[in-house]
Amino acid sequence: MAEAAIMAEELNKWFGAEEARTYAVRDASFEAYWGEMLYIVGPSGSGKTTLLSMISGILRPNSGTVRIDHHELWSLPDNQIADFRLNTIGFVFQDYHLFPRLTTAENVAIPLVLQRRPWKEALRAAARYLEVVGLSDKADLPPSKLSGGEQQRVAIARAIVHEPRILVFDEPTASLDGETGRKIVSFVKNEVLNPNRCILIITHDSRIFEYSNRIMSMEDGRITGFQQKDLYEAREA
Amino acid sequence: MKEILILAYKLLVNDKGKYTALLVGTVFSVFLIVQMTSSFAGILTKASATVINVGASIWVMDPSATNSVMGSIPMPDYVLDAVRSINGVKYAVPLYSGAALLKLHDGTYQAVTVLGLDDASLVGRPELIEGNIEDIFAENGFIAVKDEEFYKLKNPKLGTEFELNDHRGVIVGIATVPTGALYGTPTLFTTYNRAIQYIPSLRFTSSYILVEPKRPSDIVTIKQQVAQLGYVALTNSEFQQGISNYLKYQTGIGTNTLLMTVISFIVGLSISGQTFYTFILENLEHFGALKAMGAKGRDLVYMILFQAAFTSLVGYGLGIGLSTLLITAAKLRLPEYASRVTYANLGFAFLLVLIIASISSYAGIRRVLRVEPFDIFRG
Repeated sequence: MAEAAIMAEELNKWFGAEEARTYAVRDASFEAYWGEMLYIVGPSGSGKTTLLSMISGILRPNSGTVRIDHHELWSLPDNQIADFRLNTIGFVFQDYHLFPRLTTAENVAIPLVLQRRPWKEALRAAARYLEVVGLSDKADLPPSKLSGGEQQRVAIARAIVHEPRILVFDEPTASLDGETGRKIVSFVKNEVLNPNRCILIITHDSRIFEYSNRIMSMEDGRITGFQQKDLYEAREA
Repeated sequence: MKEILILAYKLLVNDKGKYTALLVGTVFSVFLIVQMTSSFAGILTKASATVINVGASIWVMDPSATNSVMGSIPMPDYVLDAVRSINGVKYAVPLYSGAALLKLHDGTYQAVTVLGLDDASLVGRPELIEGNIEDIFAENGFIAVKDEEFYKLKNPKLGTEFELNDHRGVIVGIATVPTGALYGTPTLFTTYNRAIQYIPSLRFTSSYILVEPKRPSDIVTIKQQVAQLGYVALTNSEFQQGISNYLKYQTGIGTNTLLMTVISFIVGLSISGQTFYTFILENLEHFGALKAMGAKGRDLVYMILFQAAFTSLVGYGLGIGLSTLLITAAKLRLPEYASRVTYANLGFAFLLVLIIASISSYAGIRRVLRVEPFDIFRG
């Protein structure tokens, strides 16, 4: 059995107090494994983003635990949670959140800069990862000069430049046409995923389901089930 | 830390439109503040011109005449003798200061300030650039000060003649002084006796008594003894301060300058503060993204403080440069332009710029620290 990268137990998140309380996530428990690409799917408002935010250390749950690589995430002080995010998690935001005033290479270098790596060293590393995503010739351009697919690849390079073990994608294909979306996710599966990395992807896009190892469904804040054969169970069988 | 600041720098200066607007606000504010305070400093310095130029250590005067050299009240001769007899006085000499009307060689009239120096010692004499100081003792000898007002005497040369109360006067020397006068009149030096002879005087003639103490520690004794005579002894700096205080607090000049400086500060704060806050708001999602990626609150605070400080310092430098350039250009065209950039002005402007930067960044920091990465993550 592959080792669990993420263990979430009885996670609850609600907003509002007393009678106005609304549950965004309710009693969510699941495991994700190293080497796995796990999709989280469900209708809008089903709690996907809230769940992923609690897993990735940016939203504190009201109850429940998250263990990542044997660390009890929410028992850490705030500063250590920030360090944990910085060193362990790579984010690809839905809107990319690239910095328009920085060059592509500078955008990719940001996580390393936050890790206090020297500026030039960070840019050299960024150049290497831009090469990985096939954009080495666009290093000096601002993001506004890139196509949507290219911007997505820059966001991926930024998410992996500091070699985090967990990657979190929020709707990675939402702004892309079908062909480009499939190329991007195929690239992630073939080039970014490895046995020491776990990738969580929130998506509505059924065109990219084929690239997942598992698909976790959510509805009304609850995990309603898993689709597709679990990769590791399959391997063991 | 350096890397974070490089990132902050690039986010700031690469947004050229906003950065320019930020700089314009700060430069404009610094420019106005420095212009105001420099003009005031220039006025204060020129108002004390005689005190600075004569340079005596202690000035004895009537207690009602501490506000301005032009408002001297003549003292009886016994005061001079009494001061000379005070223990600790190395020497004491009279100084005449008065206004007169000259009839120039072309027939026009010109108001002047005449300073009469003690005949025996010429204490307070200016530095000559033409002529010999001994010639001041020659018949009708006067020394003209070559300052911003010199041209009003029709640029006299050695030997140029004029009339003063039907007395003939001759320019026997051209002098330079550290500071030009405020009131727009040229200055002539002559001997004390010639001054009181040529210019209609009251019963008493000593405008001031210039005193040199034997030791600095004697100043206190001299001041006490002079006070017992019913007069006041001020050190050079005290006299200048008295003149400054008068202009600051007992005329409208100080209030006007202060008001204009405050307005300049508020204008600068409004432009820079508002623009900087807008800059932060427009970058709020980026700060949130940095936070989501793992930047700590203090990293973002350092970034904002750096951006505010950098903008302020560059704006301060440009504002000072622009002010200095304009003051220099104005002085070339208008020699009597009373403006003086002092370290105190620069320090004051710097302090106000720091306040502008602090207030601007405080508002931005509060906003950025409240950003939840979750809000960024969920779009």
